[in-house]
Parts: sequence; C-alpha cells; structure tokens
Amino acid sequence: MESLQLVGESFGDTIQDGHFVVLKREDVFKAVQVQRRKRIMFEKQWICLDNAIEHLYGTSFDITGGGNLQPRRKRAETTTETKEAGADNRYIVDDGKSQKLTRDDIEALKEKGIKGQEIVQQLVENSTTFRDKTEFAQEKYIKKKKKKYEAVVTVLKPCARTLAMMYHGREPGKICQLRYDTLAQMLTLGNIHAGSKVIVMETCAGLVLGAVMERMGGYGAVIQMYPGGGPVRAATDCFGFPESFSDTLHEFPLCKVESLLSGRFSSAVPSQEPKVEETSNRGDQQQTAEKEFSSETVPDSNKPEAQEAMELSMGKLENKANNDQRDAKEKKDNEERRRKQEEKRKRERQAATLLREKNADGLIIASRFHPAPLLLSLLEFIAPSRPFVTYCQYKEPLLECYTKLREAGGVINLRLSETWLRNYQILPDRSHPKLLMSGGGGYLLSGITVSREYDPGSLVAQKTEEPAPKKIKFEECHC
Amino acid sequence: MSFVEYGEIMKEGDTAIVFLGHDSMFPVKVQHGAQTQTKYGVIRHSTDLIGKRYGSKVTCSKGGWVYILHPSPELWTLNLPHRTQILYSTDISLITMMLELKPGSIVCESDLGLPVCCVGEDIEFQHHVCICRECPIVQGTGSGSLSHAIIRTIAPTGHLYTIEFHQQRAEKAMEEFREHRVDHLVTVKSQDVCKNGFGVVSVADAVFLDIPSPWEAVGHAKSALKVRGGRICSFSPCIEQVQRTCRALEAHGFTEVNTLEILLRVYDVRTISLHTPDLGREAEDEPGAGPANNSQLGKRAACSHPQQRTVQFKTAVTPKEMVGHTGYLTFATKSLF
Repeated sequence: MESLQLVGESFGDTIQDGHFVVLKREDVFKAVQVQRRKRIMFEKQWICLDNAIEHLYGTSFDITGGGNLQPRRKRAETTTETKEAGADNRYIVDDGKSQKLTRDDIEALKEKGIKGQEIVQQLVENSTTFRDKTEFAQEKYIKKKKKKYEAVVTVLKPCARTLAMMYHGREPGKICQLRYDTLAQMLTLGNIHAGSKVIVMETCAGLVLGAVMERMGGYGAVIQMYPGGGPVRAATDCFGFPESFSDTLHEFPLCKVESLLSGRFSSAVPSQEPKVEETSNRGDQQQTAEKEFSSETVPDSNKPEAQEAMELSMGKLENKANNDQRDAKEKKDNEERRRKQEEKRKRERQAATLLREKNADGLIIASRFHPAPLLLSLLEFIAPSRPFVTYCQYKEPLLECYTKLREAGGVINLRLSETWLRNYQILPDRSHPKLLMSGGGGYLLSGITVSREYDPGSLVAQKTEEPAPKKIKFEECHC
Repeated sequence: MSFVEYGEIMKEGDTAIVFLGHDSMFPVKVQHGAQTQTKYGVIRHSTDLIGKRYGSKVTCSKGGWVYILHPSPELWTLNLPHRTQILYSTDISLITMMLELKPGSIVCESDLGLPVCCVGEDIEFQHHVCICRECPIVQGTGSGSLSHAIIRTIAPTGHLYTIEFHQQRAEKAMEEFREHRVDHLVTVKSQDVCKNGFGVVSVADAVFLDIPSPWEAVGHAKSALKVRGGRICSFSPCIEQVQRTCRALEAHGFTEVNTLEILLRVYDVRTISLHTPDLGREAEDEPGAGPANNSQLGKRAACSHPQQRTVQFKTAVTPKEMVGHTGYLTFATKSLF
C-alpha cells in the first residue's frame, strides 16, 4: 500500500514534516506536530512519526519495535474459527488459573518482537476457559486483548470534530467543560459561515476560535476579544490552518472595549508608551505561558532537547562573541521588541476599525468569565438581525443574562438550552446505549439582535395591549 | 441577501422572516406592490420592507408591529412548510460537525425526505422496516431543511449533490434554491439512490443518508466518496435500521462506526415564588433573615401577612414535554484500507 499513489491527490492530502496532525488510537486522540526524529508519547508508548511522512491522511499504522510506524495492511480478518462456544457461564470458575501463560511469558513474547496479533492468538490458545465462554464473551475477550497488544495508530488531519473530542476527553477543564455537541450547536446557532464578520470571546484555549475559523474557511473576518496580555491560541494552532487564514484573524483586548464604546479609544497616543510597554510585556509572558501549555498538553514536543540544543549553540556563540556583538544583539532585541509592539498596536487599530463599524454578523462567547457584562457590551458591535450565542458551564449566570437582556432590549428569540448526547453500542443482538454518558456539556443562551430604533417603552405598550394578563406572562417568558 | 451571504437592506426578491413572537414567524418573498397579512394588520412591501434594514421593527396597519429578520437556515428550518418529516437544527449541527463540513466540502445527500404517511391504510414497509415516520401530513415536495444548512456551511467553494427520486419534488426544490440564491451551490438529481446511487463518483468529502433503507445505499455512498476517504452519516429513527446500517458499513470497510443520539432541552426562564411554611414560629421582624436571602438569585419578598411569607427566585423551568427521540445518527469514516 506504501506505493499507492493516487492521481489528483494534492500535497495537503499527505502527511508532511511540520504538519499538525491528530493521532487516534481507539477513542483516544492526541494532537501533535510532525517533526522528523521526534519521539512522542502516546497511550503509554513512545512513537516516532518519521515513517508516516508522505502517507495519505487517514492511514493506520502498526507500532513496531522502537516506536516506528508501519502502514497497516488490510487484515485478512482472522475470523477466529468459533468452532466451540459455551452456552452460559455456569461452569466457569474464576480461580485465576485459566491463563496458562505467565506475565513473564508474555513479556518474553513481546521482547522477541512477536506481533500483537500472534500474542492474542497465543493468549486464546492458552486460556482453558476460552472454549467454554459464550460466543459473545469470546468476541469480547479477543477485542480486549487486541486493544492491549495490537497497537494501531491512525494519523488524521486535524479538524473541529477531532480536536473538540480530544479536548473534551483529555482536558475538559481547559475548555470550560464545553462538550463537542455543544460546540456544534454554537456554530449552527451562530450561523457561522464564510464571508461573515464574527466576534469571538473565548477562554477555551482557542478551540472555539479554531472551530469558527474552520467554518469560515478563510473568508470574512474573525475578531477575537482577549483578556489579559494576549490571545490564547494553543488549540487554534493545532488546526494547522494555512497561512492565508491569519489575514482574516484579528484580536482586540477586552480591557479596551469600554474606551472603544465610549469613543475614547486610541492606540496611537505616544503618551501611553509606558503603559503599552507594560501590557506588551505581559503579553510576552502570556505567550510563553501559552507555549508551555501547548507543549505540555497538546503536542508532546521534546522541548528539553530543543532547549539544550539552543543553549549549546548560544554557548558557542558567546565563546566567540565579543562585546560588540553582544551590544549589537541587545540593540537588535530592542528593535525587535519595538517592531513587535508597533505591529501589535497596528493590529489593534485594525481590529478597532472593524469593531467601530458596529456591523458584525455574529457573536460567540465561551469563557470562564461571567457572561452578562460580556454580552451586554459586545452586543453593541453586532448588526441588527444577527445571531449570538453564549456558552456557560453553569445555568445560573445565563438566567441572569436572560433577565438583563430582556431589560436592555434589542434582542429577540432568546433561548436557554442544553443538549444531551448519548452513545450507542450497536452489535448484533447486543445493541444498547453505552454504559456511561457525559453528565453535562454546559448551557447555551442564544438569540437574535434587532434594531433599537424604538425605545423599550413601546415594547411594554404593546404588551399591555394584550387582553389576558396570563398571556402577557406567557409571552414574557417566551420571546 | 442570500442564505449564504448577509445583506443589510431588504431588496426586491429577498426572502425575509416576519417575526411576530417566539413561536410565531413566517417567511415572505419581498416584492414591489405585494402585501402580507398578519394578525397585527397589513405589511406593504414597497413602503414597509424594501429599502429598510433587516432587524427593523415594522409597524403594521392596525398599529401592531413585527420584526423583519434576515433569513438563515435555522430560521428557515423553523418556518418551512412541513412537507415531510424534517431534520431540526439540533441534529443538523451535530451532523455538520461530525461530517467535518466546511467551506469547499463536496457533499452528497439524500435528505429531501419521503412523503410518508400513516394516516390511511397504505403504510409502507420496506424490508420489514416501517418507513412511516408518523408524519400526519402528506404534501408535495421534500423540505430541504438540511440542504440549506449544508449549503450555508460549504459555500462559497463547495457543492451539494442532493438526490430526490420524485421528479416533481426535485424541480420544486431547485426552484426554492433559486429563490434563496444558492442554486449555484447545489445540484438536484432525480433518481433512486438505493438503485442508482448519487450519480457522482469519487468526488464527495461527505455523504448524508436519510432514507428508509440506508444499508442499501452504503455501497453507492462509498463510491461517491473520494478515493482517499471521507465521512458518512446515516439518520434512522429505528434501532433495527441502525443495526443493518452498521453491518453494511462494516462490510464495506468503513471504520470509526459510531452511533449517537442528541436531545435538545430548552428551558423557560421564570420567576417563581414559594410560600414558606408556617411552623408556628414567631414572625421574624428583620427582613433579611434566613439563608434563602443570601442566594444570588433569590429575593425574599415579605408579604403583608406575616404568616404568608414567600421566597422568590429565578429558575430555568423544563417544559412539560420534550422531544425524546428524533433519530439515531450513525457516523463512519471511509478510510484507505
């Protein structure tokens, strides 16, 4: 299969050095960046992705000795000739002696480099109770052993589905417990599509931002509102978006929203210099924190090695270097910093221009902050007749948002909702919902903006026109 | 306006949504000289709609007012005439994400729906599975609820091939797509997907099946998907259909076969007041007594009768009934091997 060259398949369809990919083993995902000669820990095994390069996305690999990958061929489905099977478990006694192979035996087999498939076969042959098990129990036994000894890794192209499932499975705390079906609701309720101008305020490691950008496909504009010194985009990076997407991505600090709304905002005032410097420093800190986050949680980079190498080269440099060079370097660093600051301020101005038009096509909020002040302020930037969605891990803050929005007016069709997700096992004669389901994936408050040409007073006036007081109550709760 | 591009001002030929209340809205085609009746009176398109901004409040002839909204697939889903059983936004959102749809995706679907009916004697059975969706209405064309959502997501560079085996309904659907200015993004084919497939080979990134016997179309779906692979989803209301589908998917070498069900729970936000019981205690004078006061949302309002105190709080009330089942969504991946 290695030689399979598909006509018309583009460069993007094959795994390349430097690509961001998602590894999948059973139901476990892990996002990494492909780097030659890099070892990655995945599901308690060290693997090296070198052999995956040039293969098509979606290829499954066996893990061989030394963590190398070998493209998996279509298994000649070893349909375990189920000759014998018991009807029930009345004679099966758990004496702990049914497996004739000892732990050492199995370890020895593994060390000999015996394929996982063969180990499973040996385990079956050396199980005294296997033949007495029911057909279903035999199947289950084999499946369990396969999972343990036949390590198969599939390399996938990253997308919102896999990344959202990965974050929800591995680090729900980093994404405010946002379950993937809830994220799916947000994208749909927010009518996220190419060509629109969307405001995103999130503290979900950049996952929501990435999902929005994926749906926009590089058309339109996304303005990320960020708290603190800089936007967090660890998860966004995992999507591996093309360079062109960055042209459509803007960011604006949350702490300047008020000044922008009141018209006091200006990022070009030189007197602000020290302040800006401070924030930019904080920004750098944030950036490093973010980098640490990504290395620690998403791609398992061999950072210590890389650092070592860098220090080594720096050491060499220093040996050779004289003072002149050091001064030059410092100067260059300063220049670099100033250039970055200038760039940042320029981007801030651009984002401010986009926001000032107050004609954004949608608003998505998913953060660890109380959503009410965010909603009330950021809705100002949205054009009438556009959807907005607010996620919150808890229901109560959204109740408050609901009440405050009804008071403020300018919104209709408010809806507080939650989705439940149920997984099924579908097997012949053994179909049922999976034993475990997620307890909760958070809550959403969604609605549509409308023009506020009329004062909210007229809204009340119309309400009172309704004859039955009961009806009023009903409408209050629904609209 | 179009369903894939926001517009600011209402123009001749636009489809707009007249919003009277949460459960009361309907679509109108904006036309010079046309009039629309609402319970608040007449809306005159030339003066009340054309040239106005979407999201405006429009005063009707009787003095009442409505909001005019920009169309979106979600509003359309809520408002389209229920011609067949349709998919709602909750399922649609999961389908969209799990099929990994985005701008540029090529999608095949057979969702336009069947005019199934259980009113009357001719309940249809196919392979011992009742295809009746307990849909009380039989009308002309399939609804294309999902189609609009897919088109919105894959625009401007993707394409949707949708199969409707009823010629007349296929034409009606195309007319609707033209009206919504998305016809350049969709091809409606009129054929039987189980017999003849999707009419395209190795082009699709995703396939969606909403037919009574999806297992018969799995082979066709596989050949419609790109050689390098893609995603498939099948929507079925009955578990027996799911079992057959899963078996067919595995037989055709699909991997990552996964069956899900998503349920929407909508809450009403209400202010509730509960009376505090009279335990024969002396009425407490201080209004701030009791832990209930300190709760963030709770506000204790002492009534005139000291014995009849109430505690008020805001809460999210679940409706008496909710949709407990729409269908099982089975997803799978076509991989290389």
